[in-house]
Amino acid sequence: MSDSVDSWILKKVSFDIFFSALKSEDYKVLSPQVEDGAVTWFEASEADDLKQGFSDQQNIGSYRLNQTESDVWFSIVHGAQSLKSLTFKPRQATVKIIKTEAGISFQAEQPKAEKIAVIGARACDVAALQIQDRVFLGGAYQDEYFKANRESLLIIAVNCTHAHETCFCASMNTGPKVKAGFDIALTELKDAFIVEAGSMAGKRIVEALNLTVAPKDMSKQADRLIEHCAVSQKKRMPQQNLPQALYEKQHSEHWDDVATRCLSCANCTMVCPTCFCHAIEETPDMARQTSERVRVWDSCFNPEHGYIHGKNMRPTTADRYRMWMTHKLGSWIDQFDSSGCTGCGRCTTWCPAGIDLVEEAIAVLGEDAMEKKA
Amino acid sequence: MNTFADFHAARIMGKREETPDVWTFRLRFEAQNIADRFAFKGGQFNMVYLFGVGEVPISIMSDPDDKEGLDHTIRIVGRVTRGIEKLNVGETLGIRGPFGKGWPLEEAKGKDIVVITGGLGCAPVVGAIEYIFRRREDYGQIKILHGVKTPRDMLYKARFETWARYPDTQVLLASDQPAKAWHYHVGVVTELFDMVDITPEKTIVMMCGPEIMMQAGAKHLAARGVPPQQMYLSMERNMQCGIGLCGHCQVGPYFACKDGPVMTYDQVAPYLGI
Repeated sequence: MSDSVDSWILKKVSFDIFFSALKSEDYKVLSPQVEDGAVTWFEASEADDLKQGFSDQQNIGSYRLNQTESDVWFSIVHGAQSLKSLTFKPRQATVKIIKTEAGISFQAEQPKAEKIAVIGARACDVAALQIQDRVFLGGAYQDEYFKANRESLLIIAVNCTHAHETCFCASMNTGPKVKAGFDIALTELKDAFIVEAGSMAGKRIVEALNLTVAPKDMSKQADRLIEHCAVSQKKRMPQQNLPQALYEKQHSEHWDDVATRCLSCANCTMVCPTCFCHAIEETPDMARQTSERVRVWDSCFNPEHGYIHGKNMRPTTADRYRMWMTHKLGSWIDQFDSSGCTGCGRCTTWCPAGIDLVEEAIAVLGEDAMEKKA
Repeated sequence: MNTFADFHAARIMGKREETPDVWTFRLRFEAQNIADRFAFKGGQFNMVYLFGVGEVPISIMSDPDDKEGLDHTIRIVGRVTRGIEKLNVGETLGIRGPFGKGWPLEEAKGKDIVVITGGLGCAPVVGAIEYIFRRREDYGQIKILHGVKTPRDMLYKARFETWARYPDTQVLLASDQPAKAWHYHVGVVTELFDMVDITPEKTIVMMCGPEIMMQAGAKHLAARGVPPQQMYLSMERNMQCGIGLCGHCQVGPYFACKDGPVMTYDQVAPYLGI
């Protein structure tokens, strides 16, 4: 392999050599599979496990899985879970407190992580992980649990060749082709995958596979499929002058309008691949001799989110929706130098009230929002 | 350092009732190396932990130079604080901290100081006031304006009366409701503003209390020419982690726990009340 080569061919019939390579590096392999009617990260041990056998159909407030006879392996764009649950765990024990003769003592839960390789991460979710890197690792204080999980995660992305009504990664510049933050990227063709390496670890594994260099026409075919996926996306998030434009809309009447539809159920924040709010659950044992603190995902739609010393800063659904959107699309940029949105569309797909984030952003920013450029 | 589990046990050395629902706890770290290492600035806060229940963010009101212990004044209002109220001297709490940005005590040197507080809001700034008086010659004129709902809510009355006797110091108190023993102003704290003379360009303002009061104070003083970046407000938000990771305490683009709680009016003006 010469240095100028950057894509190879991995035939579907020989895909198991990839599994062998991952196993030889002690990775537990996960891929999005359908279990009990839902898409979850499930252990995969051979190529057959990757064939999903279902395709997803996503629309505003709607998600359906349909069985398919197609020979496409990665026929599901994405399920409700992004990569977030693998690195920022929904439940993470942090400290155990023990009553002693003298008073109380604290036992910190040490971060521990297993080596995991995911096959089938989408560009939006890889971008989201990089955004969470900024949140959890970019400041003065770092989240050790996230860090440990992150460092032991190998990301094998699959470029999207198909988009849903709710997808808008192209307008967020995060997809449909994975741009950075991946170890290996695959693009699925009929009988083979185009393989690219995105990191030293990825390159080492790919080189061990001794693959054939991808012929130009196959690489071009892959690019065309991805490009087609990009242009097929109808939704575009307004980009002009955020966050300032949203700060100026803090007193907009539109928040009351969306609040008449929003159930404040927190679904959008739970499926969002970048939402990072968390709270601590404290559970003492029955004898009150020990107590455990567990970090759990929280949501700005939960009534307690804005509560402090007897008052609530965000008592209404209008306050909470404003918080969610202003933060996600606006103040996030001030805080982390990046939008908090990757255009994955999950918040819109999984909203039981069918609230479309892009439509609401356009509505709150005004009719001319789409015409102005940053 | 595990930032989520960086707790230290602290023993309650004293417990003083300030008003029927406000207590001041004097704490001392169990481990001497923590006590030696623990340094803070007036206006910073700790997360105070009660076994089996949880944590609350409470500002530290003792003097940063007081190495014997630290004081937390706590209003009894929720699950955690109701539990803390029941603890006795000799029992232990957990402490994580100190967190956040404190009062501009260095920047204020050589300047006049206006302190505007309301209710329990005076607790976080009391430490700073004591700090300033102990270094009296470093600072210019000091004006302390404090409002309470009723005279019964008046914390640290003796301290205010002591401060009033210091040179170049004006202490003005207001109570919304009158009472026989109340010989100060009756009305809201904002009515005291017109009773003080200020030199806007050499004034540093420190405010703590209900947001609506701070907003009124800042607007009034801005109209009199005090630059917004010289007015400091201690923001109260739902601070849970203390380190800018849990997401609850946002004020516009800021996290009150790490970018505040003390922030300037030019930072927070657009986001007050939100």
